[in-house]
Amino acid sequence: MEDKTLVPVAGNGLLPLGALNRRQLLTGLGAGALALPSAALAAGGRPSWMQGAGAGMRGYGTPSPAETVGRVAIASQPGTTGSGASRTPLAALEGTITPSGLHFERHHSGVPTIDPAAHRLHIHGLVEKPLAFSLEALDRYPLVTQLRFLECSGNSAVNLAAPEAPDLDVATLHGLVSQSEWVGVPLSVLLEEAGLKPGAAWVIAEGADAAAMSRSVPLAKALDDAIVALYQNGERLRPENGYPMRLFLPNYEGNMSVKWLRRLKVTDQPAMTKDETSKYTELMPDGRAAQFTFTMGVKSVITRPSKGYGLGAHGIYPITGLAWSGRGEIRRVEVSADGGRSWADAALEGPGGPGAMVRFRMPWHWQGQPATLVSRATDSTGARQPTREMLVQARGPQSLYHYNGQQRWQVSTAGDVRNSYV
Amino acid sequence: MFKRAVSPCLAGLLLAGAASALAAAPGAPGLGAPLTPEVLAGIELTVLPTGEGLPVGRGSVAQGAALYQQHCQACHGAEGQGGMNGDLVGGVGSLATATPKKTVTSYWPYATIAFDYIRRAMPYTAPGSLSADEVYAIVAYLLSRDGVVPKDAVLDAEALAAVKMPNAEGFYPGE
Ligand code: HEC
Repeated sequence: MEDKTLVPVAGNGLLPLGALNRRQLLTGLGAGALALPSAALAAGGRPSWMQGAGAGMRGYGTPSPAETVGRVAIASQPGTTGSGASRTPLAALEGTITPSGLHFERHHSGVPTIDPAAHRLHIHGLVEKPLAFSLEALDRYPLVTQLRFLECSGNSAVNLAAPEAPDLDVATLHGLVSQSEWVGVPLSVLLEEAGLKPGAAWVIAEGADAAAMSRSVPLAKALDDAIVALYQNGERLRPENGYPMRLFLPNYEGNMSVKWLRRLKVTDQPAMTKDETSKYTELMPDGRAAQFTFTMGVKSVITRPSKGYGLGAHGIYPITGLAWSGRGEIRRVEVSADGGRSWADAALEGPGGPGAMVRFRMPWHWQGQPATLVSRATDSTGARQPTREMLVQARGPQSLYHYNGQQRWQVSTAGDVRNSYV
Repeated sequence: MFKRAVSPCLAGLLLAGAASALAAAPGAPGLGAPLTPEVLAGIELTVLPTGEGLPVGRGSVAQGAALYQQHCQACHGAEGQGGMNGDLVGGVGSLATATPKKTVTSYWPYATIAFDYIRRAMPYTAPGSLSADEVYAIVAYLLSRDGVVPKDAVLDAEALAAVKMPNAEGFYPGE
């Protein structure tokens, strides 16, 4: 009798969503693949850790010593340690929350060591009453909670700029995106307290890092869903994420969510700072550049299988990954195992909501056939993630920022996986 | 402290549609402390493209050449090119080619950005250490490398804001 869960729903072995729940899954993966290390069963079935009392309580927990996961592709400008980026190890993580210690970093002059008692947020410019807020004061304001992705607009740029697909893993290619639960004071409340003057149209934000990193934010965004974030994943912000306070602008390119927020100047025009002209602008083939392209587009990426996370014994494997959009909620993620010739809908997981990253899953029957795995996301505005070719056509390889092309993983008959454009 | 008056209703002053977001938040405690002009003068760094925010001061290309050598050359190379942390000049006219070179002179749309950025962030290891005169001089020197200002230029607030950059028209608002 035919087993319905093994009848493909799209080309090259994509299976119905229920396939991952089959009892046969274990046998499908091959007995050797999941066998426990025999050392664990020494001492007559009682492993060493069951033979004496375990460790005691401690003030702040850390991962198991057996876990070696960390940020990857840490790179800084020559001669510096704090002018660069580190990336979230996407393939090593599950669910939708990025542990705070693994949130990607992008700094322009290192991580400042700030005395929270001495730090102030200053608001001035086109306001009735210039004000200074201490952390203690902000803690007494009504707080709001937002589960949001944060993505550097330079994320994935190498896949646009490099003429041949670079042999890199998913974290190195796409790890400048993370998701946290951010808690903070709505910026609208603080601006209201200062009192906006006629002509107010922009808010120039500045950090308390050595670069005094600065970006111009449209007032409409500042009054909409911007917050001054004080907490990340339940605890105070980590130093590398803006301790003790940062601007957080949901859905906008990460650079604008200015960390170590020190000053907000309300103006009638943008300041045209270095990071909104020299950087974070998209140079088009005609030599002109698109500026103020704030919102991050609809995007997805398969995190496993991926380079370094290949396949072993033939059998049923989960395909999984992440999808997000700055323009609306993720409605749909489709997966293909035949390079985009046929597609099937993946299951979506996670709390979701506007500006939230979701996880997708798709069962796949791999029997040693070569394959090209691709995902494409669609958001609630109907926007669908474009292919690389579409973006190269539309914007040329020099535009760098806001690259949201589909990621293609080529699977060899040996089960190895590598980045691919074809 | 708890009883500070809520500021007057701002509806009407604001961008259309923004007013509702400004309805006084329930429970907002009004704890902002007055920010005095003295404190503000010590922290204000923003220079707008109009020149607003530029401090009093002036500096010449010749002064800038010496200051550049002393404070910048180690990382950005002799005469603004060939250093380990990126070229600051050169590339004018290259933006529409297959190998565009984005520098202060070739890409930045306003000279005010150079003043703003160098004053706030450079030199990398000692930001904030240069006087206003020194920043004017270094900006004059960099701009003179590609003929954006003449070799005998002296920049002050007015002259800097009036500089026409080669790529002044090169940016447009994206989506
Ligand atoms: C110790 C090395 C070092 C020194 C000295 C230094 N810089 Fe820099 N500079 C850097 C680094 C690193 C960056 C990149 C910063 C970032 O990540 O945003 C940079 C960026 C810049 C930029 C932005 C370039 C662009 O295209 O966006 C300018 C302009 C600049 N520096 C000017 C200067 C000037 C002028 C001086 C001297 C007063 C100076 N720098 C001294 C390391 C240095």
